Amino acid sequence: MITVQNLTKTYGPFRAVDDVSFACQPGKVTGFLGPNGAGKSTTMRIMTGLTPATAGDVRIDGVHYQDIPNPGRQIGVLLDASAQHAGRTGREILALSALTMGLPASRVDEMLELVSLTQSESKRRVKNYSLGMRQRLGIANALMGDPKVLILDEPANGLDPAGIHWMRSLLRHYADRGGTVLLSSHLLHEIEIIADEIIVIGQGRIVAQGSKEDLLQSVGTYVAAADNQKLAEALRAAGQTPSASGEGLNVDGDPTSVGQIALTAGIALVELRPAGSAGLEEMFLQLTSDTQREVVAPNAGGAA
Amino acid sequence: MSATTTTPAAVDPRTPGIPFSRLVLVELRKMFNTRSGFWLMMSIGIIAVLATLVVILFVPDSAITYGTFAGAFGVPMALLLPIVAILSVTGEWSQRTGLVTFTLVPHRGSIIAAKAAASVLVGVVSMALAFAIGAVGNIVGAAVNGLDQVWDADFKDLALIVLANILGLLIGFMFGILFRNPAGAIVAYLVYGFVLPGLFGLLAALQDWFEKVQPWVDFNYAQAPLFEGGPSGEEWAQLGTSGLIWFVLPMTFGVWRVLKAEVK
Repeated sequence: MITVQNLTKTYGPFRAVDDVSFACQPGKVTGFLGPNGAGKSTTMRIMTGLTPATAGDVRIDGVHYQDIPNPGRQIGVLLDASAQHAGRTGREILALSALTMGLPASRVDEMLELVSLTQSESKRRVKNYSLGMRQRLGIANALMGDPKVLILDEPANGLDPAGIHWMRSLLRHYADRGGTVLLSSHLLHEIEIIADEIIVIGQGRIVAQGSKEDLLQSVGTYVAAADNQKLAEALRAAGQTPSASGEGLNVDGDPTSVGQIALTAGIALVELRPAGSAGLEEMFLQLTSDTQREVVAPNAGGAA
Repeated sequence: MSATTTTPAAVDPRTPGIPFSRLVLVELRKMFNTRSGFWLMMSIGIIAVLATLVVILFVPDSAITYGTFAGAFGVPMALLLPIVAILSVTGEWSQRTGLVTFTLVPHRGSIIAAKAAASVLVGVVSMALAFAIGAVGNIVGAAVNGLDQVWDADFKDLALIVLANILGLLIGFMFGILFRNPAGAIVAYLVYGFVLPGLFGLLAALQDWFEKVQPWVDFNYAQAPLFEGGPSGEEWAQLGTSGLIWFVLPMTFGVWRVLKAEVK
């Protein structure tokens, strides 16, 4: 289990990580979601002892990373798949890690097979690798020591859709055997495919966290009626705050209560469902809108 | 937490660590397993052979002695060995391999020590190899030119030359730690090794006071006796004080910064 407590990292006046607390449970894949520059990588570097924290604490099963002897055998880390010597072959990079961890050289071939890198690909220099191949090599490197905890920064970046599904089943099996997985992404759909638990971070602060189901539920209901105006009035009268969303409305309440309100008001509904991933996406965009570099035309009034 | 079997395997802080010898082995391997690293190492051997051939072909008969062969490696080795040490250090930052290295071994001091040990090992073996090639050259040179073999450098002389080259290598290592960038470190080393001696010589010629303190503060100057049969007691002390200024102090500062800095 990874426990992050009140973690803060400042660079001068800039708070890259701002009082962040969360935990990653064994047996689960925890997704760390946030736009670029939200503080995901900084948090992960602090976790692995590469960056000193300004305040707060990270422990893995109660232990500081630096206090784990031969940490590669217990914690698999991939922080940047491109951070490799361009002139080394993929096989040689794995061989160096195997040597450092004290693993037999045969482990290199096992890992290459696991991540579907061929023998001839493994003998090429990393500068000739695509980003997807580098990610596979990085995953092989992280899994080599048969670790109990995995910390992966943007591991699905550069993978094709088939590769993302491959990673999902790989990490799923790993978590099912009792492993703890923390992976980051700036893409919601990657996290939705791979993760069980989601932590959303923006501007260094955690803005939402919970199970994928909870997060999907907590963003409420999508509802549409023939007369949305009338529906909105009825919802407002019932204490809800509807906002326009596509052809219908988004409401914080759950579908049951929203349906009841519509029935009481005698309004025929066209559609009624949990807001689902579109809602999560909207939440993600909204919660992190301040850190988005692109200026999105503010359709949803009142969101501030 | 330790006695339960139902919980998933927890991280165990009592497992054996990584022995230092293995770290040295890894660092040695890193010096050879890139194309540039491999050819840098090869160039040491190639240059030793070339220097030996030059001595055999162009040096007058009277100077075909082992001392001449051993001395011919001086400048090329003074150039190449520090670069070996510099690249060993700076690659972790310039190629960003430090992200993997320092997560597999979250003790940067150990990695720096292992790199230093590996660099010194390469330096000593390279010098021994060069001396062996020089010995072959001396035998061949004497035979080709119809001369008697002259062995005018004993083990102590050779050991002192090795020491001088290792000191140069360590200066390169120090610049690598200080700059963490290959270009900056190599330029700094060239300035230190090939520009500074001239400037200090000029200063000593112009200023009496500097001429008096130069042996105590100029590390290059203080090393000269290593090539001339060995330093006296006072000259060892001068190596110590100038080495403190040019190696120990900046190295301490550099290591302190590496230990504190972020690895990105």
